[in-house]
Amino acid sequence: MKKDNYPKHMVEVTTTNLMREQDKGKLPVLDVRNLGIDFGGLTAVDGFNMTIGPTEISGLIGPNGAGKTTIFNLLTSVYQPTRGSILVNGIDTKGMTTAKVNRLGVARTFQNIRLFTDMSALDNVKVGMHNSIKCGFLSSLLRLPPYFKAEKEANKRAMELLEFMGLADIADVKAGSLPYGVQRRLEIARALATNPSIILLDEPAAGMNPTETEELMHQIRRIRDTFQIAIFLIEHDMNLVMNVCEGIVVVNYGRIIAKGTPEQIKNNPAVIEAYLGKKETD
Amino acid sequence: MTETDLSAFVIDCQEREETVLSFIQSLINGISIGAVYAIIALGYTMVYGIAKMLNFAHGDVIMVGAYISFCVTQYLGLPPIVSVLAAMVVCTLLGILIEGLAYKPLRGVPSLAVLITAIGVSYFLQNAAQLIWGSAPKIYPSVVAIEPVQLFGGQIVITGQVIVTVVASVLIMVALTLFTGKTKIGKAMRAVSEDRDAAQLMGINVNRTISTTFAIGSALAAIAGVLLCSTVPTLMPTTGSMPGIRAFTAAVFGGIGSIPGAMLGGILLGVIETFSKAYLASEFSDAIVFLVLILVLLVKPAGLLGKQVQEKV
Repeated sequence: MKKDNYPKHMVEVTTTNLMREQDKGKLPVLDVRNLGIDFGGLTAVDGFNMTIGPTEISGLIGPNGAGKTTIFNLLTSVYQPTRGSILVNGIDTKGMTTAKVNRLGVARTFQNIRLFTDMSALDNVKVGMHNSIKCGFLSSLLRLPPYFKAEKEANKRAMELLEFMGLADIADVKAGSLPYGVQRRLEIARALATNPSIILLDEPAAGMNPTETEELMHQIRRIRDTFQIAIFLIEHDMNLVMNVCEGIVVVNYGRIIAKGTPEQIKNNPAVIEAYLGKKETD
Repeated sequence: MTETDLSAFVIDCQEREETVLSFIQSLINGISIGAVYAIIALGYTMVYGIAKMLNFAHGDVIMVGAYISFCVTQYLGLPPIVSVLAAMVVCTLLGILIEGLAYKPLRGVPSLAVLITAIGVSYFLQNAAQLIWGSAPKIYPSVVAIEPVQLFGGQIVITGQVIVTVVASVLIMVALTLFTGKTKIGKAMRAVSEDRDAAQLMGINVNRTISTTFAIGSALAAIAGVLLCSTVPTLMPTTGSMPGIRAFTAAVFGGIGSIPGAMLGGILLGVIETFSKAYLASEFSDAIVFLVLILVLLVKPAGLLGKQVQEKV
């Protein structure tokens, strides 16, 4: 779809911040226009506009119940929006299933970890590679040579991803029996296995201790630099958000109340008010 | 020892030998019918595990499979193996069709609605069979042409059906375990079974995965139908319903959702049923089977090999 085809009335497009030099002139990986959803009479998200460049790390923050996870659910087609549109690499995801949106390049992790707990860490990653493993039903059932070839390649790539996330030594451990922080990293590895162009992280540092969080911050940057993909994260740990994100969107009551660089957000009165309440003036 | 004492001892020994031999024969018969239940239960358990629904029409797919195989051998005069393959093909298509028309539109609605629909599909299949093939029972000629094995001078007979049924059930169980554990589609199935939404986010087409599950379950039903009617040779539109319910019981017994559990549950159920027929009262065999089920579930609510699921509160 060409840019000129967009309906004129929703053209208010603003990037979260000054775009990264290398993203300039490129199609945004995520282009959200006037997004909104109502649950019955309740408007959960409204007028949500943002674009994310192909290699941008951006954050989504806001008080509890502000609609952050709802926005993630909209971006992954778990919910269908009531208003507005979502373009992933320029393609409108309207009416698509979650699986299709994933194939377009959107991967995510969950606030409450949702690994396949009964499978090994390696198998979890291999499930993520479902669409990139090229091996037919018959050859896998009859154990024909293509099966072994595909299986070997899948194993190799899955191991590489585990190694990348520092999880190589727990490849054969059941995901459900891993410690919390490790499960979070495994979920990221599994999301990376789907070959995404953007990865949505829902509170990746929740439940991590300061050392683990520190390490996670490095890993997030390393993911962007290695795979050249965009990262969009929800996080309550302000230290992580302010240090890692290049652009930040703040939502409250389902609406954007501020956008900008970490510096701008830190000093934004509307943000301070949303988090700390109104300052009493005398 | 006097003469009379000795002869009494000999008679006693003979009686004991007979008791032991009839016990073994009952055990073999029980394992044989149990293996049929196991194959049906494997289909039940797979569909339950992945689609999270009880497909009460599964027993009637078995009946359709048996009729197809009957028609192919009796009316077309083709060899038994062709009839089995034909039954598998027809049942696979039927399974996909049932899933697509009856269950797929109900994805995401409360499971009670799906359960009622499944009962409806079950009656639909029974009545359709009655229209096509009539309600009079047909005598199903066994598809197995293996000579029976006789042991202890003919006191114990292992028929060809028994051998084929047991071998088939073990092969199917091993194949299913390998399939779900090793193949890409099998992994997708386990992923869908554990967390449908997360699986979707991995790019897995949940609808297609569930269809595939029904296809496999229904193909198994066809094999079960042929083996069931080879063991109990009367075929009528309600043939599948009682074995279907027993196999469902077997799946719950072994732990629903578990492949080895379905196998174990099926065999145990068959053995308990045969023993209660042989030693207690045949009229009560079903009651005894369900009594055992109740006792097992009181002690192990998730079934013998089932995983304890902690409900979130």
